[in-house]
Amino acid sequence: MTPFVEALFLQAGYNATLVAIGAALLGFAAGSSGTFLFLRKRALVSDAVAHATLPGVGLAFIVMVSLGGDGRSLVGLLAGSAVTAWVGLLVIEWITRRTRLAEDAAIGAVLGVFFGVGIVLLTVIQTMSAGRQAGLESFLLGSTAGMLFQDGVVIAVGGSFAVFATWLMRRPMTLVAFDSDYAAATGYDVRRIDLLMMGLVMGVTVIGLKLVGLILIVAMLIIPAVTARFWTERSSRVIWIAGGVGGMAGYLGAALSASAPALPTGPIIVLVAAAIFVVSLLFAPVRGVLAAILRHRRFQVQVHRRQGLLALAAKHPIREAYTLRLLVREGLVRPDGVSTAAGRAQAAKVARDERRWDAAREIHQDAGLTGRYDGLTPIEEVFTSDEIAEFDRLLGPPVAVGEA
Amino acid sequence: MGAEFVQFSLTPILIGVLSAIACALPGNFLILRRQALIGDAISHVVLPGIVVAFLVSGVVAAIPMLLGAAGAAIVAVVLIETIKRLGKIEPGASMGVVFTTMFAAGVVILEKSDTSRVHLDVEHALMGNLETLIWLRAEGWHSLFDPAALASLPDELIRIAVVCVIVVVLTLVFWRWLKIATFDEGFAQALGIPSAGVGFGLVVTAAVAAVAAFEAVGSIIVIAMFICPPAAARLMTNRLELQIWWSAAFATISAVLGYVFAGYGPLWFGGQNAVSAAGMIAAVSGGILGLACLYGPHRSRVGVGREEAT
Repeated sequence: MTPFVEALFLQAGYNATLVAIGAALLGFAAGSSGTFLFLRKRALVSDAVAHATLPGVGLAFIVMVSLGGDGRSLVGLLAGSAVTAWVGLLVIEWITRRTRLAEDAAIGAVLGVFFGVGIVLLTVIQTMSAGRQAGLESFLLGSTAGMLFQDGVVIAVGGSFAVFATWLMRRPMTLVAFDSDYAAATGYDVRRIDLLMMGLVMGVTVIGLKLVGLILIVAMLIIPAVTARFWTERSSRVIWIAGGVGGMAGYLGAALSASAPALPTGPIIVLVAAAIFVVSLLFAPVRGVLAAILRHRRFQVQVHRRQGLLALAAKHPIREAYTLRLLVREGLVRPDGVSTAAGRAQAAKVARDERRWDAAREIHQDAGLTGRYDGLTPIEEVFTSDEIAEFDRLLGPPVAVGEA
Repeated sequence: MGAEFVQFSLTPILIGVLSAIACALPGNFLILRRQALIGDAISHVVLPGIVVAFLVSGVVAAIPMLLGAAGAAIVAVVLIETIKRLGKIEPGASMGVVFTTMFAAGVVILEKSDTSRVHLDVEHALMGNLETLIWLRAEGWHSLFDPAALASLPDELIRIAVVCVIVVVLTLVFWRWLKIATFDEGFAQALGIPSAGVGFGLVVTAAVAAVAAFEAVGSIIVIAMFICPPAAARLMTNRLELQIWWSAAFATISAVLGYVFAGYGPLWFGGQNAVSAAGMIAAVSGGILGLACLYGPHRSRVGVGREEAT
């Protein structure tokens, strides 16, 4: 555990510190700029963008070598990858707009074909001049071993630019994500905003290539946004929560991978993000699975309780085992099904509320108030005590029920 | 076209063609059902499936790995559906979460376990090794009738042939169900067709095809085979029967041309070494799709005029 704690507090050496900070920054940038991609329901476009960077890396290498350069200049490789990723985006956009193919087919086609071309270029490079090409494969899965200060600067500058642009464009992008027709009607150029959003994603993909690789950068763009969505219903907060989740996953993942040998950084970061996602899926306050189960149980109790009490009021036997158990537990009936005094009182109340609703429906013809009747909302929440007194006048004095 | 061709090129071309067809057939239905990216998800989770299968069985043998990969594909599909329902997330995002996580897990397990001594690495899984599937015992066309030489055909060829036949037979047997469930799910249910079962069966079939093809052409390029030929075929015709034939034809052309370009293309340009055949097959299929997008007779949406479409 000690190496992990050391790495957590940036005490595990220069490289580990650099990687941890870089991963945290990248995670934050990817999380926040991936948010709108997810809200626009186009999460998997990022997969195509990421795969489309590979031919760019290869082409840039070939061009740089043929110009007599080193071929491994990071900025050059990233610029190349940005170009083909952008071309890939435009092709997806063109296919969906021009032909009748759906977006998913366009995404898949671009992904497979660009990656195929990239592989072809990699094999070309392998035969070009042995030795010097070493390392291009690391763009597939990322590598942190040789991370330089320069790489950290690229991530920091590019990442803060992406976050800033996301923040700047949050209003039009929110509008387009939730109602693109309305956005178009109010004069926004939806196509341009979409391309801008994709451009941000592309930027993050490119700066993340070196660290997590092109296959797993997709996870950094999608998982934090999906996770953040569990914790809030407001899009402005999703951006920052997603950024936080991404940053945390990056930092913890980098620390974890520095703490033991043979733990590749990129995949570990993804697994940490996935763990945060699973916890959110299960335990988030409103949208989480546990919350949903609790809500369902509460609802079930309410329904069974009311049905049971209505049965008591109508002097029907309760045959549903769960209802009976529930009422016995609350002391409203005895285990043999005979109601107690408390049970009779509550039953009278429930039955009377039903009749009050009937009266309410006659007096208030508008569905705005009486439409809230669902058998579970107490009538006191909908009508004032004066109004209820008026219903009571119509109904006459209360009747006792279930006198055995 | 002599002995050398049979020895070095016949089996890779056959494997390429059979893989392409086996993937393109289910791909037709996946595209029509807007599930094209299931192929993407499946091809990513093949890696963890194979790694786990290796760890469990301890051998680099085909059958456990095929089972492992198919199992991983099924796990992925179930997980995607579960997360989609539990978290009320759109399917694309749910897919993105599941397959990247499973892929990452596969890489980590691969790195942590002692698999370095066996031929099992990530790049290999991504790129495939079509070129190495040669038929060394062949001495010419007459070897096709020589039982001794036939016995040394690459196992991959036999497996992909079997899978391809299975896919074709399944498509034929369930043709009516597939067609109705794909175009009108409500009508299918009214007829008593188990449309959910048909959908799941389709995905499992796609997974099996992907896994078998994956051995030869690598996991990512399988996606191109799932999508490009059927998508191009979709732009050629409005009839499903014809679309299937078109897609099979496109798949075959991609595989043959891709292999030829990869093997001989660099020579034409003065190069000396072949390039990745799998990558080239994907590139050719993309070229065909591009041509179909530009000139396919049914490329526009119904109701959109040609002027509007441009």
